[in-house]
Parts: sequence; structure tokens; C-alpha cells
Amino acid sequence: MGWLRRNLVVIVGVLVMVYILIPNLVVTVFSFNKPGGRYNYQWNSFSLDAWLNPCASAGMCDALGLSLWVAVVAAGVATVIGTMAAFALGRYRFRGRAATNLLVFFPMATPEVVMGSSLLTLFVAMGIPSGQVTILIAHILFTLSFVITTVKARVASLDPSLEQAAADLYATPAQAFWRVTFPLVAPGIGAGALLAFALSFDDYIVTNFNAGATTVTFPMFVWGASQRGAPVQVNVIGTVMFFGALAIVGLGQTVGSRMRLGSRRKETV
Amino acid sequence: MAARLKASGDLRLVRLTRHFDDFVAVAGIDLEVPSGSFFALLGPSGCGKTTTLRMVAGLEEPTSGQIFLGTEDITATRAYQRKVNTVFQSYALFPHLSVLDNVGFGLRQLKVADWKAKSMEALELVKLADRARQRPRQLSGGMQQRVALARAIVNRPDVLLLDEPLGALDLKLRREMQIELKRIQSEVGITFIHVTHDQEEAMTMADTVAVMNAGHLEQVGAPADLYDHPATTFVANFLGQSNLLPLELTGADGAVATGTSHGVSLTVDATQLPTDRSAGIQLGIRPEKLRLLADADGRAANRLQGTVTDASFTGVATTYLVAMPWGQELTVTQPNDGSDRARPGDPVTLGWDPHQAFVVPEAG
Repeated sequence: MGWLRRNLVVIVGVLVMVYILIPNLVVTVFSFNKPGGRYNYQWNSFSLDAWLNPCASAGMCDALGLSLWVAVVAAGVATVIGTMAAFALGRYRFRGRAATNLLVFFPMATPEVVMGSSLLTLFVAMGIPSGQVTILIAHILFTLSFVITTVKARVASLDPSLEQAAADLYATPAQAFWRVTFPLVAPGIGAGALLAFALSFDDYIVTNFNAGATTVTFPMFVWGASQRGAPVQVNVIGTVMFFGALAIVGLGQTVGSRMRLGSRRKETV
Repeated sequence: MAARLKASGDLRLVRLTRHFDDFVAVAGIDLEVPSGSFFALLGPSGCGKTTTLRMVAGLEEPTSGQIFLGTEDITATRAYQRKVNTVFQSYALFPHLSVLDNVGFGLRQLKVADWKAKSMEALELVKLADRARQRPRQLSGGMQQRVALARAIVNRPDVLLLDEPLGALDLKLRREMQIELKRIQSEVGITFIHVTHDQEEAMTMADTVAVMNAGHLEQVGAPADLYDHPATTFVANFLGQSNLLPLELTGADGAVATGTSHGVSLTVDATQLPTDRSAGIQLGIRPEKLRLLADADGRAANRLQGTVTDASFTGVATTYLVAMPWGQELTVTQPNDGSDRARPGDPVTLGWDPHQAFVVPEAG
């Protein structure tokens, strides 16, 4: 009993981690499977086929390429606009600031089905043909809120006297921004950009409404394929994405802790 | 180096004013700070002293008025164009840069080639050369404060502004830093303007103290002058304690004027009297200038009778509250020099030398 009480937090923590990671583990394991039939749900025998020919499944790599391209562009645009908006909202008082702060939350709070269908209605009404352009517009729209929220938190935690100190030490406003403000806000911008990329890359609902008849993103391909048995290559891509994300987070942590330490000397006063 | 050490001129504020919407933070002050001096701007919080400092730094724009550095009008220049550096209240050290890079920031902006050597010199001055490679957050509050100081003085500005720099330090460290600051100021010879609400700190450190209240300058002078001859009731009460008695003048006889207060006749040093008025004035006596007298003691020219209501022993002295017949309580600080101590309820006689008192106009 005493042992259980002392280690309860650790046990619960491990169970939660297992709960979170089991789906990824299954995906990884089944990327090495050679399915017996159409469906890749049962372990048959070990095989490297899918890893050696990741683009063997017809149309999958095109869809993947499109999704990566959309995610990079949407995250890039949302990060630039979102960072500027976050500075405006975090730093300056202006008329309509409170209303803007509230409006920024709407895309996050709106159910995706509602957002997707109303965007489609809008695009149809405006005569914009569905396709890559409408997907991009939609993705920039809903990832923007996440970038603004992430960067704004970072801007708010920044001591405004730091910029004044830079100005006091002969830095022009532009120099003060690039030498002091930007390096300090950069982790927030990076986190916002990664979040935007991930949200855009795996979005299905909004994309499906606005993709039109012939444009297929990776999530749409997987959804369509799973109706008739998803190819093992989907598991390969999933595994690569998962470990890629892990690597980015790990890298971020290492760089972050090294920056915090500054030097090897850990002693504090 | 010697040429750079010579400050280029006095700082002069001309009718400097700053409004925030309806609120007048600084109401047209005129002030001259001689080059090379250690100057303190003293006042309660909200008196406009920090706003004044920020206008000198260029971080706040004056509503009207002018700022001169030497003969040059710098009112319209931006913060980064002024040879003025600030030690911020929160230190405002750049957390992503090492201590050395923090100190060298200004010099690198000015494209000084040997910024590293100069920065190390400044760190040696504040005794932190061994911490150059560390980050600010690895240092204690007192060390961060010294880094902020080094970061400002390394640029050899014409004027160094200190915005309540010792406010976040504990008492012992504050005393040490006060001595440090004075040493460094005399070593580098830069004009220091120190903003503080701590009257003791201002008097200990500065050659000249300017007392501010509600956006106005109340009085400017050497600490001893302000203490012994305050010009207003505000200064009399803000710098130390004062006993203020209403005074009606009845006559003057050369160096000594006579008057009455609550029916008691008193004498005053005539040179203390304001030239512009003879009514609406108050006599002020510092608690340590008042003495409890034995009835037979004939030394003091001025005497008041009262009853002790409170006596508190503080070691070097005993502080009494003495109630006057008209209800006012006067504070008396008597050194514990072996003389008899009074107890609450004792009737006592208070006396003082007329030359040890001052006269101020009534407040309002």
C-alpha cells in the first residue's frame, strides 16, 4: 500500500504516456507488415516493401507533396501575418483591440464543419473555383489564430523596458527589434509556425469542403483509401512524420537549454 | 580617455512639461544640473520625477519645454541619438546575451572597435569581470544591478540616469551600493542623475538634491541646506521630521525678530524670515533641535510648556511626544547622554536656540 502511494504519480504518468503513444506504436509496427488481404489490420509477416517503395501506391505521393506544399505556404503566411498581429495586439492600445482579441478566438472555437461549409458557400458565391487556392486561403485563416495566440503570449511576457534599454543604448527602432525583441520572441514564432504546419498538414474537414473535385491532399487520400484498404505506405509516412516531429521537438529542447545556460558553467549565485 | 571623460556640458531643463491626457505629470520645471555632479531628484511616488528622467533619456516626449545638453537643444532628438544612458529600475538586462555582450551593446552600436576590452574594464570597475561569460539570470539582484550600471557607464555618456536603481535591493546591499555608486561616480566623473523617493539615500549620495512634488520643483540645494533651511512645509516634512508652529510676527530688533504662537512669545533669527510676506508663516523646529529642559535652565531663549504623552527608547536617543496646551503634539529627540529621562504624564519644558529653527510659508 505504502509503495503504491509513493509511486502512484509515476504509475499514472506512465499509463497516460502508454495511452498516448500506443496508436503511434501500432502505426509504426504495421508499416513493416505484409498484409494478407486488402486491409492492413492484422499482422501477417515482416516486410520492408513499403519502406523501400514509399510511392508505390498510386497518387499517394502526389497527395503528400500537395499537403506538404500547402502546409509550408499556409504556415509561412500565417506566421508572418500572425506575428505582426500578435505584436500589435500585445504591444499597442488602439480602438477595437478588445474586439480583435475576441475575434481571433472565433476560428479556434468554430466547429470545423461549420467553418468548412460556410467557406465553401462564400467561395461559390464569389465565383472562386475550388482547388489549391481555396485550400490555402482556408488553411491560412484557421492557422492564423493559433499563431497569434502563441506569439502574443510570448510578446506579453517580454519586459517592454528591454526595447527601451536598447534604444537607450543607441539602437534605432529597427536595430532594437532585430537584436533584442526578435531573438526573445523567436521561440514563440517557431512554436506558432510548427503548430500551423501540423494543423494545416493533417486537416481533413475544412479541406474536404474546399478542395473541389480533383485536388487531393494527403489526409483526403488516406480517408479515401481506408474505405477500400489503406496501403502500407500510409503507415510509412505516418511513422516518418511522427519521428520527424519528435526530432524537431528534441532539437528545440536541446538548443533551448543550451541557450539558457550560455556557457558550460552551471554555477548560480 | 581624458578628453572623453570631460563631460560636454551642463544639463538644462527649460519649462519642461508633460501631460498625460488630463493629468499633469510634470508642470513646467526649470532645472540646471552642472556637469560632473551627483544630482538627486527626490519626491514621493507620482510626483513626476521618473517622467522627468524619461524625458531626459528621450523615452518620453515632453508636451512643451526644452532640454539642453551643453549648448545643444536635444528636445527633438530620439533616445538612441542622445549621449545619455539609463540604469533602469528593473535593470532591463538582455536575457539572451551574456554579461559581456550586455555591457558591450552600446559600444557595438557606436561601432567602437575595442568594445570587448572597454567592456571588460567596465566590468572590472563594478567587480564582475569573472562573470563576463554568464547570463544575467545566473547573477544575484545586486550583481545584475551592477551589470546594468556597467552597461551604462561604459559608453561614457554625458549624463547617466538612475531610475530608483536600488529599490529592489535589501537594506544591507543598498547601503553597499550607495557607497559603490559614489565611488564609481567620482572615479568616472560623469554627471549622475539619481531618481529616488528615499530621502536618506538622496541626502547620503548626492551633492545637490532637487525635491519634487506634484509635478513641481519645491526646492533645489545641497542636502544640508535643504534640511536646515527648507523653503516649504512639504520639504520640511518630506526631508526628515519637523514640528511646525503658526507664527505671528510682532516686531523685529536687528538680527532677532519676535512673534507669538498660540499666545506664547518666541524669538526667531531674522535672516530666516521670508522677504515677501510677514503673515501666513510657520516656525519649524527639527525634533533633535528641541531639548527637554530643567525649569532652572536658562540657556534656551525659546520655551514651551507641555506634557509628555509618549516616550520611545531607540538606543542612541529617546523620542518623546509632548502635548502642547492647544492640543498639538511636538516630537522631541533627546540623545541618551546621561540626562534624566521623562516619563509619560510628566510636565516638561521644551527649549531651543532661535538660530536652530526655520520659517516656512503656510501650506496651501
